[in-house]
Amino acid sequence: MKEQAILRVVAKLLLPYILLYAFYVQWHGDFGPGGGFQAGVIFAAGVVLYTLIFGLEAAERAISPSKARAGVAFGLLLYAGVGLFGLVRGAPFLDYDALGSHGQHWGILLVEAGVGITVSSVMVTVFYAFTELVRDPE
Amino acid sequence: MSGEQLLVLALLLLLGATSIAIARQTSLLAVTMLTGIFSLLGASWMLLLDAPDVAITEAAVGAGISTILMLATLAATTDRERADRPTSRLALAVVTVTGGVLVYGTLDMPVYGDVNSPSYAGAVTQAYLASANQPVPDRVDRKPGVPRGAGVLGAPPNGGEWEVFHVGIPNTVTTVLASFRGYDTMGETAVVLTAGFGVLAILAGSRRRRFTGEAADPGEQP
Repeated sequence: MKEQAILRVVAKLLLPYILLYAFYVQWHGDFGPGGGFQAGVIFAAGVVLYTLIFGLEAAERAISPSKARAGVAFGLLLYAGVGLFGLVRGAPFLDYDALGSHGQHWGILLVEAGVGITVSSVMVTVFYAFTELVRDPE
Repeated sequence: MSGEQLLVLALLLLLGATSIAIARQTSLLAVTMLTGIFSLLGASWMLLLDAPDVAITEAAVGAGISTILMLATLAATTDRERADRPTSRLALAVVTVTGGVLVYGTLDMPVYGDVNSPSYAGAVTQAYLASANQPVPDRVDRKPGVPRGAGVLGAPPNGGEWEVFHVGIPNTVTTVLASFRGYDTMGETAVVLTAGFGVLAILAGSRRRRFTGEAADPGEQP
């Protein structure tokens, strides 16, 4: 679809707002609807749109497959790390009050970030894998 | 009938029409497009039911990502359904009975918006709402002398007040998912990770077979 001028221009206009909306859903999840899962999927949808319009090579230059695969594990490790931090401080696993004052706020922010990173990375990784499957010569 | 009820009715009718169209359609490309439309209609309906969290997820996953993945699958395989698919009366009967049982099950559910339903005025919900600093719904059958919000728990035995665990975040869904049920959400994240790696493993296997040929499997050598 690289030769479609209208699609390219519209996608370029839309993409910043899709990604910005993903971050809004991620970091505003404490106050409005949303959270890590929704934000991760919206972010991945932005990457999917970019890949559809500009091709797999350009997308893999923007977000490399190895970084996406690392993000899959990093998100869950961040989540578990917040829990382990509580254990180190002598509190139960995943007790955010161990994070200090406003511990609940910080804990929820961090674990939601972990969820968002894992979900967006899984979606992007799976999408890359499918796209490579289609692109491979028969 | 209010405007919102009319919208819900229209969306439900469209959902029904879309599902019938999906069942009758033999072009898998059209089926993929129709399931995307089905998800978008479902997301609009969930938004009308005041479930924006679910609506965002349904719109992004159902209408967005899964449609794209289905299209990629069709590009890698075929977009025509097999013409000689058998039609079974037994399958129709099983589906009809199962659907009927599900509809029968909904008859026991509280009326939509019922303030006395357990999911709204139950003790657990009241505790969740109180911890998120949200107004706690009052039970109609609250006993005199019992503090507002104490709900079915009644007053504590030692005559004091229930201690409310204040998370201090206005979004009750986030409070419950990330704090009260932190273990649960961590498990769900692990499920997403496992599913992603599972898909990668399957796709990697199919790629390898294509390059080396089916007979390259050492177990099939004579």
